[in-house]
This record gives sequence, C-alpha cells and structure tokens, in this order.
Amino acid sequence: MRAVAQRGFDMALWRELQALGVPALRVPEAHGGLGLGLLDAAVAAEALGSGSVPAPFAGVAVMAPAWVKGAASATQQAEWLPRMASGEMRVAIALDALECAAARAPSMSAHALTGQVSGVLDAAGATHCLVLLGDGRTALVAADGRGVSVQAQANIDGTRSVADISIDAAPAVPLDTAADPWALAHRVRDAGRIALAADAIGAAQHMLDSAVAWAGERVQFGRVIGSFQGLKHTLAEAVTLLEPCRALLWQAAHAHDQNADDAPLLACHLKAHVGDVTREVARMTTEAHGGMGFTDLLGLHHWFKRCAFDRQFLGTPAQCRDEAASLQGWISPLPVAVRPTGATA
Amino acid sequence: MDLSLSEKHQALADEVAQFLARHGARAPKPHAGHQPPDERMLDWHALLVEHGYSSRTVPRAYGGFGAAPDVLEGAIIAEGFARAGVWQGFTNQGVRMVAPTLLEVGTEAQKRDYVRPTILGRMLWCQGYSEPGAGSDLASVQTRAVRDGDDYVINGQKIWTSFAHYAHMIYVLCRTEPDRPKHAGLSYLVLSMKTPGIEVRPLPNMTGRREFNEVFFTDVRVPAGQMVMGPGDGWKVAQVNLKHERMKLGDPDKIVQRLHRLVTLMRTPQADGRVAMQQPELRARLLQLQAEAAALRAHHLRLLTEQAQDIDSGVKRLIVKLAGTGLLWRLSALAIDAFGEPGLRYAPHVDASDDDQVTVWNFDHMHDLGMLIGGGTSHIQKNIIAERGLGLPPEPRAASALPATTSGDHHRIRS
Ligand SMILES: Cc1cc2nc3c(=O)[nH]c(=O)nc-3n(C[C@H](O)[C@H](O)[C@H](O)COP(=O)(O)OP(=O)(O)OC[C@H]3O[C@@H](n4cnc5c(N)ncnc54)[C@H](O)[C@@H]3O)c2cc1C
Repeated sequence: MRAVAQRGFDMALWRELQALGVPALRVPEAHGGLGLGLLDAAVAAEALGSGSVPAPFAGVAVMAPAWVKGAASATQQAEWLPRMASGEMRVAIALDALECAAARAPSMSAHALTGQVSGVLDAAGATHCLVLLGDGRTALVAADGRGVSVQAQANIDGTRSVADISIDAAPAVPLDTAADPWALAHRVRDAGRIALAADAIGAAQHMLDSAVAWAGERVQFGRVIGSFQGLKHTLAEAVTLLEPCRALLWQAAHAHDQNADDAPLLACHLKAHVGDVTREVARMTTEAHGGMGFTDLLGLHHWFKRCAFDRQFLGTPAQCRDEAASLQGWISPLPVAVRPTGATA
Repeated sequence: MDLSLSEKHQALADEVAQFLARHGARAPKPHAGHQPPDERMLDWHALLVEHGYSSRTVPRAYGGFGAAPDVLEGAIIAEGFARAGVWQGFTNQGVRMVAPTLLEVGTEAQKRDYVRPTILGRMLWCQGYSEPGAGSDLASVQTRAVRDGDDYVINGQKIWTSFAHYAHMIYVLCRTEPDRPKHAGLSYLVLSMKTPGIEVRPLPNMTGRREFNEVFFTDVRVPAGQMVMGPGDGWKVAQVNLKHERMKLGDPDKIVQRLHRLVTLMRTPQADGRVAMQQPELRARLLQLQAEAAALRAHHLRLLTEQAQDIDSGVKRLIVKLAGTGLLWRLSALAIDAFGEPGLRYAPHVDASDDDQVTVWNFDHMHDLGMLIGGGTSHIQKNIIAERGLGLPPEPRAASALPATTSGDHHRIRS
C-alpha cells in the first residue's frame, strides 16, 4: 500500500479489482456491466475503505458511469460504457464548475476545450477526464492528449489521487443529451458523496475493530487495558456513533437510486454526519493504540487519512449542511459559487 | 432493510393521512406524566388501538390490532403523526414494556388478564426495581418475598418508582432464594397497588412535578400465580423488560417528534424578532442533530428488520438507549438556546397543557437528564456496550461484590 500510495496508481492492483468486477458495478448489463445499484456500490466502497485500498473508485467506478449514462448519446454510451466496465477506460471527474463562477469555468468551441480545473478525482491512472463546462454541458477529454497537462495535488491520503488539469485547446467530445445538465451534475456529485461516506465508514470501522482487538491484548498496570473503564467507555462511544451511520448510508444510497424526493437532502446529511463521526472515531481509536497508533509501524494512520480525505472532498460537513438548510428552504438558495448562473431549475 | 414504499405502504400512508385529516383536530394534548391520563386521552388512545396506530402487532385475542410485524408500517404511522403534530397515544411502561414482556414470557392467564387493559392505557404500571442500596447494581436488591402456602409475602422498600402514586399495578424484582448467588436468587412478581401493606410516599424531583416515589412493602401477600416465569427467574424476566425499556428510551419516534417541534420553533420569530434559523451557529447544530436523528431512525428500521428475521442484533441493539437519550438531551438544549435569554423562564402549572413553550422545553430538558440516569445510567450503558457488545473484559471487582458464579450474562449490572 505504501508503495502504491506514492505512485498513485497500480496497474496490477487495478487488474485484480477488474477481475472482481469493481469497475463494472454501475455499468448497465446491456453494456457489459453488472447493472448493480448504488447500494451495492456503497457496500463495495465500504470494503475498499476498510482495506484502505489504494485504487480509484468513487470517481471512476461510481460517478463516471452515472455521468455518462445521464449525458452521453446512445452511440457514445455504446462506445464507452463497455470499456469502462472492463476497466480499460478510466475516467477522472472534474466537477469544479459546480463551485466556481461560470466565467472561470472551462469552455468549449468547435471541439476544442480550454480551461483550468482543480480537484479532479481519480486522475492518477485515468485515461480520460469528464469535465463540467461553465454552460452546464460536459466534455470528455483524453488524459494524455494534446494540450492536456495533469499536475498531481499532494493530498493527505495518498491512496486516492486528486489533480489539477490545465487544458489548452485540447480536442474533446461534447456530451449533451441531459435534459437538465446542472441537476445531473448535482446527482453525480451526490453519488460520489455517498461513495466517499461509505469509504469513510469502512475505514473507521477498521480502526475501531483494530482498537477493540488491541484493547483486549495490551497489558499495562498488570491488566488488559480494555478492562479500564476510561478506554472501555471511549470505545463504547465510538461504536454508538458509528453504527447508525451505516443504516443512514443504506437509506441514502437507496433513495438516490429511487430518485426519491429527499435523496439530495439525505446525501448532504450523510456526507456531513459521517465526516464528523469518522473524524471522531479515528481520533478515539488512534488514542486507544497509544504510541502504536501514532507510529508508522502499524500504519493505522493510513485509515485516519482515508477518513480525512473522505471528509474534506466533494463537500465538507459545513458546506453540506448549508446545502441541506437551503434544500429545506431554511435559508435562501446558496450563492452563485454553488449553483452557477444559468442553472436550469 | 427494504425502504421502498410498496403499494401497500403507500395505501397505509394515505390511510393515516385521511385519519389525521378526519380526527386529528380532536386529539388531546397529552400531559407530562405527573398526572394520570384523563377520559379524553383514554378515548383517543382507544381509537388509535382500534385503527392499529398503537399496539399494532399485539394479537387480536389480547386486544391488539393483530398486524404482522412490518418494518415500515410503524415508521410510516409515526412519521404521519409527527408531521401533523398529533399525539400518537400512550407510550407508557405498560404499553411499551409490560405488555411486550408478558406476551414474551407471561403465562396464558397473565396475558389474558393484563394485556388488553394495559395496551388500552386503562391499566397503568410502575416499575419496582431500584432500592436505596441497589441502583446501577440492580441485582443486589434486598426486598424479600417469602413463600407462605399459596402466596408470597413481600417485605422491603423500593425507591425512584415513577408513577407509583397513580399506577394500578407494580412489577417487583425481589429476592426469593437468599441462598443462591446474587442474580439467581431473584424473582419477578406482578401485583395490584391496592394490595394491603403497600405504602407510597412522594419524592420531589428537579422539575418540581411529582413523578417518582418511595414504595414500602409490609407483609404484602401475593398469590404465587402472580410470578412471571419461575422462582429464581427474575433476572431473566428483568432482562426481557429492560430490552424493551432500552428501545423505549431510545425511541426514534419521540426523537422525530422533538425534531419537528424544534424546527417549527427555530423558524418562528421570537419576542425580540430574532429567528433562530438565521443564526449560523444554531442552524449548524440543528443540521447536525437532524442528520443524527435520520441515522438513528434508519438504524431503528434496521433493528426491526433483524428482529423480524430473528437475527441477534448484538451491539447494535445495546447502543440505542445511549444514543437516543443523548440526542434528546441535545435537542432540548438547542431549543432553550434558540429562545435566547427568555429561555430561562420556567413556570410549570398544575395542568401541563397550560404551560408556555419555554416552560415545556425546560421541563423536557430536565426530564431528558433524568432519562440519562433512569433505565441504567450512561456509564452503565457504556459498560454494557463495551463488555457485552464489544467483548472487552469486565472491571475487576472487590471480592465481596462478586457473585458466587460469574458466567456470561450474570456478571453485569442493570444489563
Ligand atoms: C427520572 C427517573 C425515573 C426513574 N424511574 C424508576 C422507576 O420507575 N423504577 C425504578 O425501579 N427505578 C427508577 N429510577 C432509578 C434508576 O434506575 C436509577 O437511578 C439508576 O439505575 C441509577 O441508580 P442510582 O440512582 O442508585 O445511582 P448509582 O448506581 O449510585 O450511580 C451513581 C453514579 O455512579 C455511576 N456508576 C455506578 N456504577 C458504575 C459502574 N459500574 N461504572 C461506572 N459508573 C458507575 C453511575 O453511572 C452514576 O453516575 C428512575 C430514575 C430516574 C432518574
């Protein structure tokens, strides 16, 4: 894991995930995928988080298929989706036009794409990138094509990759069949939020399991440390915080697939709440390990960092709560920075 | 955990909405529990039982609605009532703890005699567990019941007995086999509060309302048939009852109702014109609690699903009281903060339905603190979660406190 974390993408590991069907999860069966729901993807994400697996998932395997299904023409889907299912085509996600003013977002003229995007998810090892444009349309650009330059961003986690991409008149293909492209972009982001929350739950659960095992073995003052009430209560609080997150995750993932009215609100709540809970659980469980939790020897910090990444990316708790308030009409709709001008309602 | 609304469920949601539209306006406002229910409350509750909106799964033979357990039905009904702000009937100890316990482990005669009046709210119960010397360490109770012919004769004292001043019945955990180890020497008796030899003395609590009491037993005679399960099985019955108590105290329906009240409060301009929802700090706290409530509600559905499939939920069930009571406490704390300085008001009336909003929230807030203690304190909940749920070793104990056998379930307190 350490080695991969430094390189960003490992082909051998990716082939193993491919063999398990991971990239095919969310691709329809008609296009050679498994046609499974977001709930299934969430279960997979939890397992990947629990192993702190250094491989792309939320972007490449969850958001990209959703975006292509929602915005690409039938011909494009027939061309791309089977290759995405096989894991051969790996599509990074550039959604930051959702966050910046339209004027600063990438734009396209005559099949040439120009602009700067940052916070591109799953960029390492990607063959392509889906880019949200300032006018709500989407473009697909080859990651190693002419006029495209990818700069990896250093991030706390390292088991997943985020990059800045500068694009200068690069050849690109428009995807423009979505009836409401902004709504689609938000939906794609919701799916990503759910996948990241699932990942964080898996990572925090791993830390908790590890802390419980450690507390049952380590002896101090002639006693197993798990018999000290201070530690016992900390771990009891941790499980009490964490366990209900899983049911909330399932509910949010299910609502997303059913297009339920409250799906966006649930995704916001999930992302915010899991972000807070997993930070707390990661702290408690690291402390429970003492110096062993802090050192690189055990490597527990990889899971700590996994939680940290999942919390910050695609909407921090504070940001998601603002959105949740606005979705419920408790505050006026969020400013341009979140809902770009020209958004079709 | 299946969360999609089938046609059947949609039909139930519509049915509930229609019921509420037709009858909702005449639902009484419940009072806080320091007084016995009045006829209006009893009538309303009977209507709910008849429609299956309370005691839905209790068999018809015992006065219930007889519905098959269904995870979503209960949630749909509760959500409908909470949204409409209509009282969903009694959730007292009888309805939520005693009836399910008797249905699980009672004799046929006990079920026949007690379940129907209990779920209708006409037979009210109180819990005779705690004693001056036995709180968290519940299994150390000293109240004695001695067999004499066909009867048991009870002597001793209970304390903190909620509602004993108007309850019709009491369930008592007492020692019948003094020679047996701590937990194995207990039995569980149910009896009328009118039985000669019972004396009830009120104990004031911090809310200023009379809710709990001391109960003294002097040569109280009870037929042996009033025992639930057998002599020495008292701890087992108490476990069944405590399982339901934990669920009652962490009830997501109550949390959802609270949340609806809190949202309304926070959107309403206060006397000074301020709207709490416009204050970022208060709003952020509300949003945190709203997500937590959503998680607990989903978690509850998960537990009900597992229960219907006979799956042992283990630690997932044990966390419910700690999580739920902690959340309720933080919800009422936020309400008081939302009032600003006027949040200091507390002027309870004799009849709680006359109380002003701030008083009601202050009452709830103090009551919530009581609920962090009652039913096993938060510390004890954490011991249980850690030891029984996570499998961590018990604390070493003073030799004299050790029961003669320390096997499995028996090493724990109020658990
Ligand atoms: C509002 C209310 C209603 C109640 N209603 C009823 C009722 O109807 N019937 C009834 O029988 N009882 C009732 N009770 C009593 C309740 O169950 C007890 O108060 C509770 O179990 C605690 O026991 P105690 O008061 O003796 O406190 P103690 O057991 O003396 O506890 C005092 C403190 O010590 C801590 N403590 C004790 N043991 C441990 C341990 N092993 N590890 C860590 N900390 C520990 C406790 O957490 C607490 O903080 C009610 C209580 C309240 C507050």
